[in-house]
Amino acid sequence: MWSDAAPFPDLTPLWLTMRLAGISVVILLLVGTPLAWWLAQTRSRAKVAVEAITALPLVLPPTVLGFYLLVLLSPNSMLGGAWRDVTGTALTFSFTGLVVASVLYSLPFTVQPLQASFEAIGRHPMEAAASLGAGPMDRFFTVATPLALRGYLTAMVLSFAHTLGEFGVVLMVGGNIPGQTKVISIAIYEHVETLEYAQAHLLSAILLGISFVVLVAVYAANRRFPVHAG
Amino acid sequence: MSGLELDIALDLPGFRLEVSQSFAPTGLTAVFGPSGSGKSSLLRVIAGLEARAQGRVGFDGQLWQEPGRFVAPHRRAIGYVFQDARLFAHLTVAGNLAYAERRARRAGRAPDRPGIVAALGLEGLLTRRPSGLSGGEAQRVAMARALMTAPRLLLMDEPLSALDDAAKGAILPYIEAIRDGMQVPVIYVSHSVSEVARLAHHIVMLEAGQVRRAGPAQDILSDPAAAPAFGIRAAGSVLRAKVLAHHDDGLSELTVAGGRLLVPGFAAAIGAEVRVRIAAQDVILSRSRPEGLSALNVLEGELTDLRQGQGPGVMVRLRMGADQDVLARITQRSARALSLAPGQRCFAVIKSLSIAPLDVGGSGAV
Repeated sequence: MWSDAAPFPDLTPLWLTMRLAGISVVILLLVGTPLAWWLAQTRSRAKVAVEAITALPLVLPPTVLGFYLLVLLSPNSMLGGAWRDVTGTALTFSFTGLVVASVLYSLPFTVQPLQASFEAIGRHPMEAAASLGAGPMDRFFTVATPLALRGYLTAMVLSFAHTLGEFGVVLMVGGNIPGQTKVISIAIYEHVETLEYAQAHLLSAILLGISFVVLVAVYAANRRFPVHAG
Repeated sequence: MSGLELDIALDLPGFRLEVSQSFAPTGLTAVFGPSGSGKSSLLRVIAGLEARAQGRVGFDGQLWQEPGRFVAPHRRAIGYVFQDARLFAHLTVAGNLAYAERRARRAGRAPDRPGIVAALGLEGLLTRRPSGLSGGEAQRVAMARALMTAPRLLLMDEPLSALDDAAKGAILPYIEAIRDGMQVPVIYVSHSVSEVARLAHHIVMLEAGQVRRAGPAQDILSDPAAAPAFGIRAAGSVLRAKVLAHHDDGLSELTVAGGRLLVPGFAAAIGAEVRVRIAAQDVILSRSRPEGLSALNVLEGELTDLRQGQGPGVMVRLRMGADQDVLARITQRSARALSLAPGQRCFAVIKSLSIAPLDVGGSGAV
């Protein structure tokens, strides 16, 4: 079905999306790990509130999340204004703004699997590690982390995949700037809008293929390296 | 060197654990008590795993806990063997041992890795994963791992409770080897009288969070007054013995104060010191030396105590020699019929087969 009339689509949105998803996952692991650990350990009454806030992106329409982010990140707001004063750039309609939005949007997909893994490990292995002379950080990295490996794998894959498919939030916060905020889902939407179905087909197929390969890799890894918690 | 000094309190569901007690600086001290008496919690307090505990914990001149000061568990130089081995599932047996060893060396202590591996018979298990170990093997690895921290105090929380009798019998000699060979004081929590009788040098009896009795194991085990706390069916005394001979008919002969003892055959060198537990309810008393009996063992001693409790029984103590007592549980009716009274010479009759293999073990004299 390919012809001169339908040129090969620009793949920049694909690389941009990959970069966004990759950077978001790294930040999510750095932010989500301590948060999930705290949620798994704490007996504080604030726990339910924090859990609810973390899970909000699951139930909020992306446009609502996007709208609030737009307001929060806009140069007229405190945060957006401060960012502009320091960096000279705006957070809205920029790649950095997209990263911030993605991190918030995908937070539950990182925190929930990690929290479940940490809770499954329980305090027993950690007490054993303490009795063997391991301090808190030591036992977190040498006992909790390896025992939660599956949780990490799940968290990374879900967050990555969720960011790949992000649309509504991006549209609200990032707009459609080629090479900056025009991610693959937006590009597909645009191709469809302009009746370029062939390009939309190809980009969609690429996304479908990537998603499938990633999931197969994860399940295969899970089979090969079974990790028993507890 | 001074031992563990405790003066602690901890609120537990339904009762309060309150213990003020000095522990012996050497040997194995059994903390004995029924389930739910606070034994495991006491061990957790010693290890620093109960942050809510109040009071003081001191060991060998160091204060691990006092008001306003709390030394974290990983800085206490204790080894801890949990009921449920708690091996690290992501590491091999060797990896589990190395985990402890690395941190001990970092803290300036030097565990004897080959010695520990040999003492617990782990040579063939080192490359295995914890998920592939039997319960007894996992517990041996857990003990080795605790020893690999080169601990100054070893805490063991009912390490045999999850094992069947065969596995218990197989693992007890390893615990004796730790007790006798590793130069580390052991605090051993158990609700099993036979384990305590076989292993303990000292006993601390705990009931509903309070220490009821504490002292040398032989004194407490052979004290009729303490028998109800062990459970009158489980009560019994421990005799020191020396292996005299192993006979072809499957019996081993021991010398004890008051005579000789034939017991079911067991493996030990001639001349080895062992301890034998004799359950009070397996002992028959006679005023004169009995003859024409099937029972092979007759020990002579002096009756020192008669103690009547509730029910039809009487607990009688016969002194065979210094620190060597036999407890006999007989009916009040028999005691009256024999006109038993302190000061009399008496004979204790003991069936060889009433002594179970688990009742004979290394002596571990302190």
